[in-house]
Amino acid sequence: MATAKEQKLSVWGDRVHPKVKIIGSGAPLVYLHGGYGPIESELLDELGKSFTVYAPEHPGLTTGDEDAYKALDDMWDLVLYYYDLFDKLGLKSPAVVGHSFGGMIAGEVAATDPTRVSKLVLISPLGLWRDDSPIRNYIVTPQTELPALLFKDQHHPSLKRIVLNPEDQQGYIRITWALGCTGKFMWPIPDKGLRKRMHRIAAPTLIVWGKDDKLLPAVYADEFKKGIGKAKVELVAGGAHMMPLEEPVKLAATIEKFLK
Amino acid sequence: MKISMFHLMPYRDLPADFEQKYHSVWVDPPYYELADSRKVGQYYNWTLDELIHAAKQGIDGICVNEHHQNAYGFMPNPDLMGSILARATNGTDVAVVQMGATLPTSNPPIRVAEEYGMIDCISGGRMVAGMPLGTSQDVNLCYGISPIEQRERYYEAHDLIIKAWTSRETFAWNGKYFKLPMVNLWPRPIQQPHPPVWIPGSGSLSTWDFSAKHDHCYCFLSYWGNNFGKRVMDGFWDFVAKGNHDPNPYRAGFLQLVAVSETDEQAEKDYYKHIRYFYDKCLHILPEYFPVAGNQDYKSLVNSVTKLNPQLFDLMGKIPSWKYKDFIENQFVIAGSPATVRQQLMEAVKKLRVGNLMVLLHIGSMPHDLTIKNVDLFCKEVLPHFRNVWDDKWENKWWPESLRGPRKGFEGSGNGVQAAAR
Repeated sequence: MATAKEQKLSVWGDRVHPKVKIIGSGAPLVYLHGGYGPIESELLDELGKSFTVYAPEHPGLTTGDEDAYKALDDMWDLVLYYYDLFDKLGLKSPAVVGHSFGGMIAGEVAATDPTRVSKLVLISPLGLWRDDSPIRNYIVTPQTELPALLFKDQHHPSLKRIVLNPEDQQGYIRITWALGCTGKFMWPIPDKGLRKRMHRIAAPTLIVWGKDDKLLPAVYADEFKKGIGKAKVELVAGGAHMMPLEEPVKLAATIEKFLK
Repeated sequence: MKISMFHLMPYRDLPADFEQKYHSVWVDPPYYELADSRKVGQYYNWTLDELIHAAKQGIDGICVNEHHQNAYGFMPNPDLMGSILARATNGTDVAVVQMGATLPTSNPPIRVAEEYGMIDCISGGRMVAGMPLGTSQDVNLCYGISPIEQRERYYEAHDLIIKAWTSRETFAWNGKYFKLPMVNLWPRPIQQPHPPVWIPGSGSLSTWDFSAKHDHCYCFLSYWGNNFGKRVMDGFWDFVAKGNHDPNPYRAGFLQLVAVSETDEQAEKDYYKHIRYFYDKCLHILPEYFPVAGNQDYKSLVNSVTKLNPQLFDLMGKIPSWKYKDFIENQFVIAGSPATVRQQLMEAVKKLRVGNLMVLLHIGSMPHDLTIKNVDLFCKEVLPHFRNVWDDKWENKWWPESLRGPRKGFEGSGNGVQAAAR
């Protein structure tokens, strides 16, 4: 297992204090988690074998810093916030990998100032909308339907990281709060205009998509490819939306192959 | 004390298998499968008739609220109803309690200040200004406001409305959520500096804080009976004491379901199926909608998950197997003969220390005639016994000033108080 440490930063004029997990060694890679918070630990460990992985918590998710989400009003603030965070970590132009909500943010960060992202990997990112393929609002989807919506294996052990269980009060609070804080930047529809901006993405881009993603049908992979231009698309047979939890080893290998 | 009739305006004729067939009464129940607009028109008119009837029978206030996309209670604009009620009750000393227009969804919020100003002017200064935060279903799902921004947006809307009512100068509002270059309302309310403000809540710590800070009346709106209500209201009164506010009972409002009949036995025959309809169908809300993640701030979320929810889930889990007597014993509904209702309601009011009581006299599927019967029995046999409660020591600062004295034509307390001919 790669070495791991945690660093607490002061970002955005000392108003946001996120925890950043730093794993492994090698070229820098920033990983932006999805809407359920930092739950993709196995994938980060795999990536840490080849890279120095920086995995920040989204504003508001860090224990003791719950009000931090108030310091950022919108996507524009959030994108600038990430440039600040890169600066604090001494990263000029890291590789950026994001999943789902984190993929949407990664895309925005790469499109706004293309010089800040050397390579981009989007794993089933949110951020675009097609009326003929509306995206289910997973934040209000009945808990009983979440396994089928997000997972290939309906009994996968990591399901407990996303499904609310009133018996586990701390887990209940953690999941609910993560959905609330990330939801702020995509409510009510996860389309904040990336379609207009994504042509600006200059970094070599890999789009990874599960062919069986029920939340975000693979038709969105084409949509991203069309918008970004020279992006490479990798469709994963049998992959569902939560590939980072279900297929961390395979996914890490795919990412590593592209980034090396 | 003051007692107001609250009306939700539910759809009164949902199918018997509604809760098995559909996953939620709110947000996405299919209108064209479930509703008939001609019936809906009838329900709006009955709702107005029932409230106006209560006003004529001596109730102190009549109360409407705002909700969207549901069969539980759908007055998308309570001010449309409130303006009719204000006009129809002119010449009486009944308060028009708007409980009210949801602040975070009214854009810009000065729209609420204007409409309330109109109602206060039309009614001759008889309006109470309810300022709800709004339910998560309405605000986040139906009207698209980000759950985590709802409360902050609400605070800003409140501050803007109060300033719009009270400022003598035209002013610019440079808020986070609202920006207006020149605010100068026409009309302003008759009541000065502004109508009394009531804040509906469901036990959230942040709402207590907010009500106390602004010296508004906090109203706990819950359907889980006054036993559960006592746990919440005890917390509220502790909070009030710690903040060095006086324990004026009029600082608090409470909603109670009430059903009166000739005898206890007749009450069961008259009302049980409508009580069942209300709890089984009108409150059949998908848990993920109520509330949406982020809707509660962190402090309130922790309090809900660790303290309130375990009690509430336990209680709610039992309801499907309940019989009539369980609803009564748990005081979800105070129902029975006039004597039973008088006694139980008095105990509830005293133990909760509530001065501004709201009673839901129309419940779920109750037909118009039965609602009128309930209103009549309540106003004739129950209400007069509550007129002087709390008034020996406390003044209702949260009631329209011109209506705070004894009710004209409804003075005294005791049996057989006659409604004055108007």
